[in-house]
Amino acid sequence: MSALSQVGFEDRMATVEFRVAPDAHIVVDGDQCRGCTTRECVTACPAHLFVPTADGGILFNYEECFECGTCYMVCNRAGAISWRYPEGGCGVVFRRG
Amino acid sequence: MSPQTFDAVVVGAGPAGSAAALEIARAGRSVALIERGPFPGAKNMFGGVVYGRILDTLVPGWWEQAPVQRWVTRRATMVMTPTQALTIDYRTDSWSRPPYNGATVYRADFDPWLAGLAQDAGAELICSTTVTGLIREASGRVRGVRTDRPDGEITAQVVLACDGVNSFLAKEAGLYPHADPGHFTLGVKEVLALPREEIDTRFGLSGLEGADFEIMGCTGDIPGGGFLYTNLDTLSVGVVLRLTGLTKSGRRPEEVIAGMKSHPVIAPLVAGAELKEYSGHLIPEGGYDAMPQLSGDGILVAGDAAALTLAAGIWLEGVNFAIGSGAAAGATAADALAKGDTGPAALSAYRRRLEGNFVLADHRKLRRAPDFILSERVQHRYPAMVCGLVEDLYTVTNPQPKPGGLRAARRQMRKAGVTLWDLARDGWTAWRTFG
Repeated sequence: MSALSQVGFEDRMATVEFRVAPDAHIVVDGDQCRGCTTRECVTACPAHLFVPTADGGILFNYEECFECGTCYMVCNRAGAISWRYPEGGCGVVFRRG
Repeated sequence: MSPQTFDAVVVGAGPAGSAAALEIARAGRSVALIERGPFPGAKNMFGGVVYGRILDTLVPGWWEQAPVQRWVTRRATMVMTPTQALTIDYRTDSWSRPPYNGATVYRADFDPWLAGLAQDAGAELICSTTVTGLIREASGRVRGVRTDRPDGEITAQVVLACDGVNSFLAKEAGLYPHADPGHFTLGVKEVLALPREEIDTRFGLSGLEGADFEIMGCTGDIPGGGFLYTNLDTLSVGVVLRLTGLTKSGRRPEEVIAGMKSHPVIAPLVAGAELKEYSGHLIPEGGYDAMPQLSGDGILVAGDAAALTLAAGIWLEGVNFAIGSGAAAGATAADALAKGDTGPAALSAYRRRLEGNFVLADHRKLRRAPDFILSERVQHRYPAMVCGLVEDLYTVTNPQPKPGGLRAARRQMRKAGVTLWDLARDGWTAWRTFG
């Protein structure tokens, strides 16, 4: 975390309501990510859902997703991120959006 | 089980979808309004201001019933560098009474209100239902949608894709073949709680008066801008960042907000406020030249799905364009249904309607604005030059004589790396864009 941020990232995300769907609505193709050097998704995702792993892959968590679409828009590799909307009624619920 | 059938199906109960469903229902047609969130607005966030003029004819006296936080009576535009800030600060009484100008709202309040009006007019609102694709005839003609509910097919004479910035439906229909990340920005926002009286004191407000600050030069090397709006007992503080610049910078979005909040003119306004909600959303900022096709065979596209947000410097508007385009799409669909023809020629009347009112007229007039506003000189060099010039003029240099405006301007242009040629061509672009 940057010294500028006053709230830790977990506390930041704890302010948002998520109704987690049973199935992941985003699927990341780990093989494609291992060859990627730019990793746009890691820094751009506002919910910080993409984390690089020691073996050069990407660890991904769909549960606290804002459903914004930034990750697939910035991804350079066609098909590395498969993205759809979560099941109806599930996912993020903004109260003061 | 046979699919449910309506005259029209509207996908997405945001401002575009609800305005569309309202018009179709008022025309006496059956219409389904499908929302994937548990309630309208659950998936939506924006900076915070709705401009209500578009509601005057749609919902007369809307200000008596709309769920508003504060009425904007003070608008400030700030140009800053990390250590300097120049603010144009405007306040008027006339925006504090009907018919008002702008209002801060929460989408979880505003969107259900608008959807409720469509329901009252006869639209069937179906929440917690995700549309998974289009139903199409062999000819390609759109005849309805598939949803993720059991037996979830809904057929209709016309589908209105009001499904937001990612519009999978416009893409599936082939109306939006190339969504270029350079035309999208990421908006991230913090809603920060402060006692209502404290907000009134810090911003010089009383009653339901509200403030709207828009900020340039606060996003470092990432093209974009910042905002600060007052709600009743919270502040909405955030930044809008061009995706391509964000990824190049390697900075995280929440760090950019933190940087803006630590600026000497912003820090005292947000000091001690507690984070109540963090959120993010994409914004289609490509303008007139980056829009999808607005209609096809049995389908119309409105709101963010049609890339109808205006990001043109002092004008940052989206909800009014969503309502305006949604209402026009709804009226076009109702006309087409009355004539029994929802084919591509009949639905192309939608674009003509939009060309004839503010929705496309404003976008066409300001088509050069997005690239101009996000250009390197407007983002960085001019803020530094203007702040430096004002500092030179305000600084008393005794015993040196005063520098004179022209000499100070030349000095600051040199410091900021701005040439006369830059000023001439950007002045010309600004004149053609905003004149």
